[in-house]
Amino acid sequence: MANDLETLKSETVEALAEAQTRAEWDAVRVGTLGRSGKLTGLLRQLGTFPPQERKERGQSLNRLRDELTVLIETRGQEIEEEALQKRLNDEKVDVTQPPAMPMVGKIHPISRTIEEITSIFSAMSFRVAEGPDVETQWHNFSALNTPDHHPARTDQDTFYLPSEQEGEDPRVLRTQTSGVQIRTMLDEGAPVRIIAPGRTYRADHDATHSPMFHQCEGLVVEENITLGHLKGCLVEFLRVFFDKPDLPVRFRASYFPFTEPSMEIDIGWSRKTGEIGAGEDWLEVLGAGMVHARVLANCGLDPQQWQGFAFGMGIERLAMLKNGIPDLRSFYESDLRWLRHYGFSALSPATLTEGF
Amino acid sequence: MKFSLSWLRDYLDFSASLDEICATLNRIGLEVEEVDDPSKRLSGFRVATIMEALPHPDADRLQICRVNAGEGFEEVQVVCGAPNARTGLNVIFAPPGTYIPGSDMTIKAGKIRGQVSGGMLCSLRELGIGEESDGIGELPQEAPIGHDYVHFAQLDDPVIDIAITPNRGDALSVRGIARDLAAAGLGTLKPLVIDEITGNGPSRISWQGEQTACPYIVGRLIRGVKNGPSPDWLKRRLEAVGIRPQSALVDVTNYLMVALGRPLHVFDAQKISGDTLQLMQAGRETFHALDGQEHVLGTDDLVIVDGHGVQSLAGIIGGEQSAVDENTTDVFVESALFDAVQIALTGRRLGIQTDARYRFERGVDPALVRPGLDAATALIIELCGGEASEVTQLGDEPAWQRTASLRFKRLKSFGGVDLSAQEAIELLETLGFTLTEQTDEKAVFAVPSWRNDVASGQVLDQASSLPAEKAKAAAATVVEIEAEADLIEEVLRLRGLDAVPMAALPRETMVPAPALTPRQARGGLLRRLCASRGMMETVGFSFVSDHDAAVFDEVRESERLLNPIATDLNQLRPTPLINLLRALGRNLAHGFGVVGDGAFFELGPCFGQAGAHMVLAGIRGGVTARAPGHRAEEPSWMDAKADLVAALGELNVPEASLNTTADAPSYYHPGRSGQLRQGPKQILGRFGELHPRVARHFGLSGTVALFELFPDKVPLPKKKRKAAPALSALQPVRRDFAFVASADVVVQDVLRAVRGADRKLIDDVRLFDIFEGGSLPEGHRSLGVEVTLQPHQESLKEEQLERLTQAVEAAVQKATGATLRR
Repeated sequence: MANDLETLKSETVEALAEAQTRAEWDAVRVGTLGRSGKLTGLLRQLGTFPPQERKERGQSLNRLRDELTVLIETRGQEIEEEALQKRLNDEKVDVTQPPAMPMVGKIHPISRTIEEITSIFSAMSFRVAEGPDVETQWHNFSALNTPDHHPARTDQDTFYLPSEQEGEDPRVLRTQTSGVQIRTMLDEGAPVRIIAPGRTYRADHDATHSPMFHQCEGLVVEENITLGHLKGCLVEFLRVFFDKPDLPVRFRASYFPFTEPSMEIDIGWSRKTGEIGAGEDWLEVLGAGMVHARVLANCGLDPQQWQGFAFGMGIERLAMLKNGIPDLRSFYESDLRWLRHYGFSALSPATLTEGF
Repeated sequence: MKFSLSWLRDYLDFSASLDEICATLNRIGLEVEEVDDPSKRLSGFRVATIMEALPHPDADRLQICRVNAGEGFEEVQVVCGAPNARTGLNVIFAPPGTYIPGSDMTIKAGKIRGQVSGGMLCSLRELGIGEESDGIGELPQEAPIGHDYVHFAQLDDPVIDIAITPNRGDALSVRGIARDLAAAGLGTLKPLVIDEITGNGPSRISWQGEQTACPYIVGRLIRGVKNGPSPDWLKRRLEAVGIRPQSALVDVTNYLMVALGRPLHVFDAQKISGDTLQLMQAGRETFHALDGQEHVLGTDDLVIVDGHGVQSLAGIIGGEQSAVDENTTDVFVESALFDAVQIALTGRRLGIQTDARYRFERGVDPALVRPGLDAATALIIELCGGEASEVTQLGDEPAWQRTASLRFKRLKSFGGVDLSAQEAIELLETLGFTLTEQTDEKAVFAVPSWRNDVASGQVLDQASSLPAEKAKAAAATVVEIEAEADLIEEVLRLRGLDAVPMAALPRETMVPAPALTPRQARGGLLRRLCASRGMMETVGFSFVSDHDAAVFDEVRESERLLNPIATDLNQLRPTPLINLLRALGRNLAHGFGVVGDGAFFELGPCFGQAGAHMVLAGIRGGVTARAPGHRAEEPSWMDAKADLVAALGELNVPEASLNTTADAPSYYHPGRSGQLRQGPKQILGRFGELHPRVARHFGLSGTVALFELFPDKVPLPKKKRKAAPALSALQPVRRDFAFVASADVVVQDVLRAVRGADRKLIDDVRLFDIFEGGSLPEGHRSLGVEVTLQPHQESLKEEQLERLTQAVEAAVQKATGATLRR
């Protein structure tokens, strides 16, 4: 190789090594390979050489161009890599710093429990019915075979509100959601398959009673419903709700004015540990029975044709048992710590597909 | 209803254990509330004798007793402080390890003032069965040394307390419980024999005054009785079931009431003025009853009156004036049938709860009126002597006889159980039903007198809205069907409901329809939305204090409870905000919710001017949490508006379709609140900051942001398929505008004008800046608006953009007077 080519090569190598930024590197590149670069200049001068030298010099120049191109590209990548490394280094942060999280709200256990109950009964073709919190005495009591003098009526400490019109009976805050059953039968007739979750009220306030609480009642009125269906339906509900396929369930004869036969339903648990489905003790969780003929007739359904069952459960009670909540009053106190502890994620609604 | 096992044995032959009895009672609907087995509670105590009692060398008041308590404790030294401890006395000895219920301690062997003491000599109080005393219990000389004391003292009689449901008046007696247990297969019912007593000579006192509320009343005089304490067996029976013995005459009535369920009353005949006792409606008068109280009677109350006045509130409580006492020599005994409704209403109105009322209210056996009197007569003469007169009566035993029939197939098609006709008949017969007719299909039974609940044939209370035809058709079969259900209930109850096999509910389709209507399903959606936006769901009482309610709404008398449980829970709430603000206040006062999480919401009913309706309400208080780059900030009206707009968005109400008006109710900050409307009338929600005066009412100092949403006002989206979206292949173009507007021009009007300038091309309009001051004229502000243009057919050309800019400028100027800032 001619001396001038050697010189160009070594100068270029030197210049590339000195280039630290992309701009410096670009200057070398343009100064060598650019339109008016040194190598380009030498190539352009090739024509001035005598023909016998021209071929050899041309080959040398081409080799040198290839060589320098590689050198320049390589250095370019190096510089880019170094620049990236520097940037990444500069951008380093303390990743142990906690992120600022948005506030997280929770769903109240009562809502959640209603959702769970609804989704289980939904799978058994029930739908949800609703009614007013303020009821007439007829809807809350009389229609349900509980006349004014009935001892069961004195057992329920009822809240009264002034009558809407002169001469009418005072209205009541519903002591049970049964009024919804009455309204459904009157409005829609039979067949009926509903649950009615909602607020209920009784004038009682102590550690185990709240003047307002929630109940979920259910009603099935069809032509061929028997006590066997009542048992099947409620045992299935309890076992799914408590997620215990072999939960012991006991049926005890009892009395309600609006059902006959009537029964109370216990589940097995351990008084000692509070564990559901274990131990030797029984815990009452449901009241139920076959709908009383008089209730059907009061709502215009012929009891010769229609029959079925009704049931009721305390939502707080079920929520307490399932979630280990010790105190009834805490449900309504809105203590943030309690809500955070017992509340449920907004992103996992109670569905049978996801389980709960 | 309490009864002891020994009392039960009077009427029932049985060999079952206490546990078996309790299990059976529970199964058949007589729920066991409590079992008191004294032999468990008082185990370990022994009959012992003091062989020698010597003074304690180092204590004046103590003695050292050498005690023989039988096998294993033939000679025990016990230090005793009782003054009556003495040589030769038979006593109650508690060896070490015995639990002493009266002093809640367990005895240990030890030393007392240096002397060994290997147990304790007990007073009856220490066993929890006697009154305060200053000595140990003294047992008779013949008491068997070493025997179990509880057994010796006949205290080992378990007492069962059961809850009797309101329909089972017949089970409010030991006899009735025995009958049920026998029918459930737990033993054999012994026959009840009550001899009729004719008596001699007419009763000096007779009944007068027929009353519909008392179809039948009998009585008789027993002369020459000697009243005094009852014998021990009778006292023990009553004490076991929680009735304090008084005197033989009174104890007899209580005894028979518990034994047979027959309420009775005794008058001291010599205190009765005149020769008649008259049944009548009370006047407005006061009555001194046996409970020591003075009751103000009303004209609805049925009373028994002599020449002096009211001697008894019929069927509920007797009067003090004619009460028997230790000097009574002539007693007049009453046995009657009083109407259950009459008793219930009077008892409830006067607030008098007695065992007699309890039984009459739930229905007594109408065939036991006269036998009850004879049973009382016999027992009084046995215990107090005397001679019975003939019976005086008014009215007659009412016709209680009725039948109930059972179609055998209904055992399966209603009761769900496979049971033979014969089995069903036998079960009913053990309960006292008499088979009067039987075919292949059905059986007819005579209902026993004591089962008031079976085939009772009460009147219906049908809905007034029912068409007459429908009501009549529905009522036609009720009496029969109800009586049949009564019988099926008895059969199932006795066999145990656990014997009914479970069946799956039939379903019409494998996959059920949704349980919630679209409207109902919104509840869950809104709750999840609010929780995901950082608010805690709460559940508040529907009633609040009228004091709090008045801050939000004119207090409505119609929504004020007539019998509130507390003065701060006396008014149905006009808005759940009250509960939320109280909750925030409570949490803040305890130091919670101050930083980062003072946000609550509730979806629940409220009862204001607009009637009962659902409201979603949310509040934010406290400050946001600090973080590097974030200062703590109080919530503002904008947070509340964001919550509300987000919630409406979930209900498919686009923000652009809403109209904000600055006219929220007065509990909101007047300058920082608004209402979101759809159309000019429909208010869907409100938002803003809490009025400082209201904040002060609730003791809140910082800014509170709040909103209310009325979900039922939001129309349900029509179910129609969405049109395919126009997904243009062309890039959107964004242009910024700055308008100089008078300060009274609201943003909403500017944005709406921009949007309306070219509905096809303008895809989105956003406010990005508000600027005041600088070179702007006084009373003006600059509004920066970013407009997104979405071309569909071809890219926008410069002249199109120019035209659009002019259109926007013109529209805004026309609507608001604002001009483009150049």
